[in-house]
Amino acid sequence: METSLNKEQQLQPSIKILSMHPLKFALWLFIVTVVMIFAALTSAYIVRQSEGNWLIFELPTVFLYNTIILVASSVTMHLAYIAAKKDNFKNLKVFMIITTILAVAFFVGQYEAWGALVERDVYFVGNPSGSFLYVISGLHAFHLISGLIFILIMLFSAFKYKVHSKNMVKMEMCTTYWHFLDGLWVYLFIFLLLNH
Amino acid sequence: MSTAAEVNIDQDVHHDEHHDYEQSFISKYIFTTDHKMIGKQFLITGIMWGLIGVGMSVIFRLQLGFPEMDLGWLRPLLGGWISEQGKLDPEFYLALVTMHGTIMVFFVLTAGLSGTFSNYLIPLQIGARDMASGFMNMLSYWFFFLSSVVMMASIFIETGPAAGGWVVYPPLSALPQAIQGSGLGMTLWLVAMVFFIVSMLLGGINYITTVINLRTEGMSFSRLPLTIWAFFLTAVIGLLSFPVLFAAALLLVFDRSFGTSFYLSDIYIGGEALPNMGGSPILYQHLFWFLGHPEVYIVLLPALGITSEVIATNSRKPIFGYKAMIGSMLGITVLSFVVWAHHMFVSGLNPFLGSVFMFLTLIIAIPSAVKVFNYLTTLWKGNIIFTPATLFSIGLVSFFISGGLTGIFLGNSVIDIQLHDTYFVVAHFHLVMGSLSIFGLLAGVYHWFPKMFGRMMDEKLGHIHFWMTFIGVYMIFFPMHYIGIAGFPRRYYSWTNFDAFSSYTDLNMFVSVAAFVTVAAQFIFLFNFFYSMYRGKRAPQNPWRSNTLEWTAPIEPGHGNWPGEIPKVYRWPYDYSKPGAKEDFIPQHIPLSHTPESNLDHEVELAKKEVVDKTANAQSNA
Ligand code: HEM
Ligand SMILES: [Cu+2]
Repeated sequence: METSLNKEQQLQPSIKILSMHPLKFALWLFIVTVVMIFAALTSAYIVRQSEGNWLIFELPTVFLYNTIILVASSVTMHLAYIAAKKDNFKNLKVFMIITTILAVAFFVGQYEAWGALVERDVYFVGNPSGSFLYVISGLHAFHLISGLIFILIMLFSAFKYKVHSKNMVKMEMCTTYWHFLDGLWVYLFIFLLLNH
Repeated sequence: MSTAAEVNIDQDVHHDEHHDYEQSFISKYIFTTDHKMIGKQFLITGIMWGLIGVGMSVIFRLQLGFPEMDLGWLRPLLGGWISEQGKLDPEFYLALVTMHGTIMVFFVLTAGLSGTFSNYLIPLQIGARDMASGFMNMLSYWFFFLSSVVMMASIFIETGPAAGGWVVYPPLSALPQAIQGSGLGMTLWLVAMVFFIVSMLLGGINYITTVINLRTEGMSFSRLPLTIWAFFLTAVIGLLSFPVLFAAALLLVFDRSFGTSFYLSDIYIGGEALPNMGGSPILYQHLFWFLGHPEVYIVLLPALGITSEVIATNSRKPIFGYKAMIGSMLGITVLSFVVWAHHMFVSGLNPFLGSVFMFLTLIIAIPSAVKVFNYLTTLWKGNIIFTPATLFSIGLVSFFISGGLTGIFLGNSVIDIQLHDTYFVVAHFHLVMGSLSIFGLLAGVYHWFPKMFGRMMDEKLGHIHFWMTFIGVYMIFFPMHYIGIAGFPRRYYSWTNFDAFSSYTDLNMFVSVAAFVTVAAQFIFLFNFFYSMYRGKRAPQNPWRSNTLEWTAPIEPGHGNWPGEIPKVYRWPYDYSKPGAKEDFIPQHIPLSHTPESNLDHEVELAKKEVVDKTANAQSNA
């Protein structure tokens, strides 16, 4: 019946099964769903592209600057996280503020990028190659809004001294989520560079 | 509101042990965070949707079986959809079929089945006080409710509900000018489905987190009841596939409302060319079926999990091949993501790709066959106790065989050219998906009713319900195979214009009558369900003499499930008729050291090292 079971496992029923905070775990599962949405969109992109009749245009360089900004915000977010872990409240606040500013800068930049696309006569309505670009970057921005709200919440808690080494769960989740959104954009950007 | 507060961060903190304060009606029955009540909410809503979905099938069976009939008497219900001559409006027929499919697949067999039993059973069977996040769980139900309201509203609008089939293929669904149903009805369909997806994802995230993080001590993955394995894998499939449906729906929304051309190209309406250029409707099919096929298993797996539990309990035998059952469910989970194009053999798919998908599709037959084999061997020479739940489970296995066999034909890309979009397909999926899962649902209700409501359902009525439904299902769907082989297409309002099909008039009439009788039999169930809820015999602690943990909780468990400590688990859940044992079952919470008479060699070793505390001793007599 259970002969093949690891004996050690059976002998220690009293070890804690709980390995990760359930909320953190749930966040990872949420991240999986977001990955699936973008996996679907980028696969659809490739499938559609291979059918031909595909408008080719230069990606605006603003996208590159935005990518750099977003990566920088990921770095400051992490510095804020480290500061929180060390109960260094001054740094925590400073880095959270910088992260927020960079995040907002990214939004502004993406808006500029859309403007640059319009200048190139690439519209949301038209050849799917343009529409896909708008949908992918737009949906990413939409998720980023949720990330920004999360950052703002953490920023306020930081100012109320509610983020400290003994209360890191939400800060960890915020950091994880922001790194994820950042990584997601880097993936999308490289994907678009290679396949536009 | 902070969700963190909702989470049982540490399962050893019995913060809700003494829950004897009065809960208000609203927090107890409506905005409840108790997984048991949420499960019941899903069940009741699912049953209500089931009635509506089945009611629709009665209307189109009337049309198909008795095309000449005067349906004027339906006018109070359907109003303008019945013409002056007492005929059903052809477009409304399509709308009914679409709603029937959508309701049955998503609202009844996804939300009603997995929503009910995952919610109800996961915490009770793994020994947890509640779901990981009661708040998210509550949101999950209320998103489903919102989705239900929108879908329901779409049925009553002037242009009628969506009518492009439950798969809502563009361009039909993307062009409001195509048919009435592609107007507002389609918009509402999409809105409802977005809420539905949100609901399922919230639920799924919760189920997975709960199973992984909140199992009681000793409940290793190799001791999990197969029900929990099934619910767990169902949630995993949903988590990976529903986002893809979301992406597909999003692009469809843009095509419909913003003028993009993801799915549209070169379309002429009334001689006028539409501006849309460069889209591909096949793209939608790929995205849809990437959800659509796994969805079949989302509907199937919970039913199979329930069956494993019911069959083992009522054969009084350990489930045959526990590990093989888990392995085949894992196999099905993985394979379900790589077979989607078998729905697209005739869409102009590259024939080479077609062969690849055919090959992968046929491989799924292996884990499925393993499961059937294990059910049969579990039943074989068992001391079978024929409760209504057992009967429905055995019926389920029969549909798995009869409906699964036709899948082998449909999975062949060449044979599918003839059979695609005929009643053969309708027959196939009604047996293997529709009836199988409905039987799983019914088996689950009969089996866990005593736990849910503290009372027993009537056995006699259950038996009558079973036999009428079981025979009825074969009477309805078996003849459809022949109609399908003859080439009769699905989603057709009428075939009276085709001479070739006139020889099937009687058969269609027969099918319709069988459907009416079968539907009537469901009222026996409804009566039994609601009557027993209030007047049924009081349930004993463990009515089926079953091993799983839910039967150690009080007959009507309160919030938090166990008033004292959560029982620990010392063995797998299938110790039925163990040689040497005093009783023919040994529940999971009985330590090995208490059953020296029946321990196997390696268990003797384990028993020596077992750490058993006093409370477990006290509970072992429960
Ligand atoms: C009394 C029981 C039922 C009867 C008599 C019935 C009858 C039918 C018929 C005759 C059709 C085809 C109509 C047409 O193509 O013109 C149909 C379609 C369908 N049914 Fe059922 N059905 C029943 C229960 C169920 C259940 C339990 C499910 C759950 C999976 C289900 C799912 C579907 C789906 C997905 C379609 C296809 C809808 C479409 O073509 O878009 N049905 N049903
Ligand atoms: Cu399929």
